[in-house]
Amino acid sequence: MTLTQPSALPATDPNDWRDAVYEVFRAHAIRQAVYVPDVGHTRLIERCHADPDMHTVVLTTEEEGVAHLAGAWLGGDRGVMLMQSSGVGNCVNMFSLIAACRLPFVTLITMRGEWGEFNPWQVHMGQATPEVLKLSGLLVQRADHPDEVAEIVESALQTAFDSSQGVAVLLSQRLTGRKDFTGEG
Amino acid sequence: MNATALLDRRQVVARLLADRRELLVVSGLGSATYDCAAAGDDPRNFYLWGAMGGTAPLALGLALAQPDKPVLGITGDGDILMGLGALSTIGAQGPANLAIVILDNEMYGETGAQPSATAHGTDLTAIARASRMNAVDEITDMAGVDALAERLHAGGGPLFANIKIAPGEAERVLPPRDGPYLRSRFREAVVGQAP
Repeated sequence: MTLTQPSALPATDPNDWRDAVYEVFRAHAIRQAVYVPDVGHTRLIERCHADPDMHTVVLTTEEEGVAHLAGAWLGGDRGVMLMQSSGVGNCVNMFSLIAACRLPFVTLITMRGEWGEFNPWQVHMGQATPEVLKLSGLLVQRADHPDEVAEIVESALQTAFDSSQGVAVLLSQRLTGRKDFTGEG
Repeated sequence: MNATALLDRRQVVARLLADRRELLVVSGLGSATYDCAAAGDDPRNFYLWGAMGGTAPLALGLALAQPDKPVLGITGDGDILMGLGALSTIGAQGPANLAIVILDNEMYGETGAQPSATAHGTDLTAIARASRMNAVDEITDMAGVDALAERLHAGGGPLFANIKIAPGEAERVLPPRDGPYLRSRFREAVVGQAP
């Protein structure tokens, strides 16, 4: 079967943190990348889709991704989930699978509702995200600057897969860029 | 055939797993997990005791990781109704080695037999078909179960089968429920290395 592939993938830029994260995925043998899209993840999603060694799977809800990656690991594959902070709330009961089975799990979360947010509907879940993750039993790390993202993601992968932990990396809204559809920003 | 003689869930699952060969099994919380345990515990069974809605996506991740082995996600109507979007995700990925089988008693058996949406006419087979899964016609007799048991090993997925079963609870057969134990023994049996 064929999946639609994104066209016109930009050339790899070693100074682009998203490309650096993709290289970390490669180095750590990530075989499955699952996601609910966010603008901040677009370039990384495209890199993953273009990689023939990776299953890159669009989900209908983030909750699926938690169970999906549990299954992937049971079958010997390492995976990651890409989502935005609004998706964290969709995962809460499914996170019990990670905690109850002490499974490795890694998610990269683009943050909303914390830095020049123009959409009030994003603020509540964005503000709740770090605490919800912690209450759900995940370790939480945060990246604010482009030059630290790849190192933090690498550390998250090591902690997750070497110590069988659920780890979330928050990619701050300051890092991924504000979104403003009002035309006033 | 007597249309009122609904299938017995234990007989159905025992038949599906009788000659399992390389089959990897993910069972949904509640009765599907007890049914698989009653058919004989096996390290290649991953029993869910919670994570409702998770059976189908977990089986998908496993099927993509183990493309040379048949994978069966078996669960109830309540579990699959909680995450119907997973059928769309599976249909889009199209793994040939994956089968999702529903034991449809049209109720939430564990919690007091409240009718589910399938009791009110929701057609899971039609939903699976519309999600680009290869759905067999709804199964209501053991001949259909026999045919399905063979198809689980034949590739040609993603397969979907809705099996109408009798209401009423069977005796609870409880498999291990310690999560780290279940995941470690499963992974060791399948991947051959201790995590």
